[in-house]
Amino acid sequence: MRVAVVGVQGDVEEHVLATKLAMKKLGIEGDVVATRRPGVVERSDAVILPGGESTTISKLIFRNVGRKNMAEEIISLAEQGKPVMGTCAGLILLSKYGDDQVERTETKLLGLLDVRVKRNAFGRQRESFQVPLKFKGVGTVEAVFIRAPAVVEVGRNVEVLAEFERYVVAVREGSVIGLAFHPELNAEFGDTKIHEYFLNASLD
Amino acid sequence: MVELDKLRFGTELIKRGFAKMQKGGVIMDVTNAEQAGIAEDAGAVAVMALHKVPADIRTAGGVARMADPKKIQEIMDAVTIPVMAKVRIGHVAEAKALEAIGVDMIDESEVLTPADVFFHIDKRKFTIPFVCGARNLGEAVRRIWEGAAMIRTKGEAGTGNVVEAVKHMRLISKAIYELRKMQKEAVYSVAERFAEPYCKLADSVIEDMGLKNITSNTVVYEEYTLADIVEGIYRVLLEIKELGRLPVVNFSAGGIATPADAAFMMQLGADGVFVGSGIFKSSNPPEYARAIVEAVRHYDEPEIVAEVSKGLGEAMKGLDVFKLGDEERLQERGV
Repeated sequence: MRVAVVGVQGDVEEHVLATKLAMKKLGIEGDVVATRRPGVVERSDAVILPGGESTTISKLIFRNVGRKNMAEEIISLAEQGKPVMGTCAGLILLSKYGDDQVERTETKLLGLLDVRVKRNAFGRQRESFQVPLKFKGVGTVEAVFIRAPAVVEVGRNVEVLAEFERYVVAVREGSVIGLAFHPELNAEFGDTKIHEYFLNASLD
Repeated sequence: MVELDKLRFGTELIKRGFAKMQKGGVIMDVTNAEQAGIAEDAGAVAVMALHKVPADIRTAGGVARMADPKKIQEIMDAVTIPVMAKVRIGHVAEAKALEAIGVDMIDESEVLTPADVFFHIDKRKFTIPFVCGARNLGEAVRRIWEGAAMIRTKGEAGTGNVVEAVKHMRLISKAIYELRKMQKEAVYSVAERFAEPYCKLADSVIEDMGLKNITSNTVVYEEYTLADIVEGIYRVLLEIKELGRLPVVNFSAGGIATPADAAFMMQLGADGVFVGSGIFKSSNPPEYARAIVEAVRHYDEPEIVAEVSKGLGEAMKGLDVFKLGDEERLQERGV
């Protein structure tokens, strides 16, 4: 199995390490590669969009290099029922609808999750938090929210995986998973539950 | 459902995590809302709100302090990306004020006039994360032990001359390389040496009063004894030895003026770059900002660095670092 991590900007290395560890635990053979150009995602079995700045990451995945761009490759992977996961900024990019911040910054979205997201829903860095969260099909996970977005509208075919206060913070539609928090930051403590869930999310 | 008593703010994981989200990005110095908008449009991952850019701080002279909170607030209202702001080294009250208005990260910076000749801020006592400058591994490790969530090379700010940033990145990388080969006992000796600057206050008082020398049980900084500090620094060093890199994000700053400068710092192992005077002291700030962002993203693709560097106009004029007097070298501040 080959997993690609969109390596444009953000906590790419953390996702690579978390995925490698999760694969080891599940006994899955394969590799995890960070990539900044088209050509790798299309030859992978799963892809992750990391946390970072959504405006910055969006600009790069939609930019054509030759005739190709990474955005098309991610969409194609999702259409084949292969696992696609976005965390924080990655959730924003996977969504169909954004908020006024997304519109004002003209951030292009992939539209793979039928949800509307609100950027910085919980406030600024001072209000960033971590909390044990009940995650459907996984159990309790320690979730780290950093200037996190939240899901404010959920489409008919979207499954809600976790909620915090009045917000939906984890969703799934087919093989596409969007999280408002950062499971990759837990890997340094050996916790890779969410990445294991992701690796098993294929619809094949 | 949710265990609210287990809701936590400002943990090390959250602070270091924030810095990790900046990786691969460019953080730009801005002095007003308009500049902040230009930075955001160009793809900056965050902005640093300042009263004056470092080049103008040099020219103006006098005491450089925290920026006007009203200005910082205007910048926070103008952009969606994180906003950072600088405080003077050791100035706890400036830092508390910035925390109160809710900036996303504080830069305890040598670019401003230091407020404390003995100590840096104990950054563990804050909810918001800090970034600090470092010229070498000792400075980096001390700041990390004090709770910095991010390190940046000091370089020599406001000069438009990359030479010092390169020097500091090389010094840190080489020191980590040496550390990896060392036995634990030798690492402990390094920890003892790196802890020495915390004794400056106690040493000068003892000398003044004719008292006995300090021991490892002497409280030397905040509530920590010298033994606590050596132990803490030792643990940071072991972590670096194991990881082969700093345990926090390491950016480059201080003299980056062109796209090629930024790409070069990334090639030397920086996780991202701060650009201070380089953008808004150039002849075409929006183009310069965009070009530097592109160069950081594609630092290992020379054809793209070349492409974005074409026809950019004048870079900031710059200064010869070697002609600056010790008094003018900002990097000497805060060891």
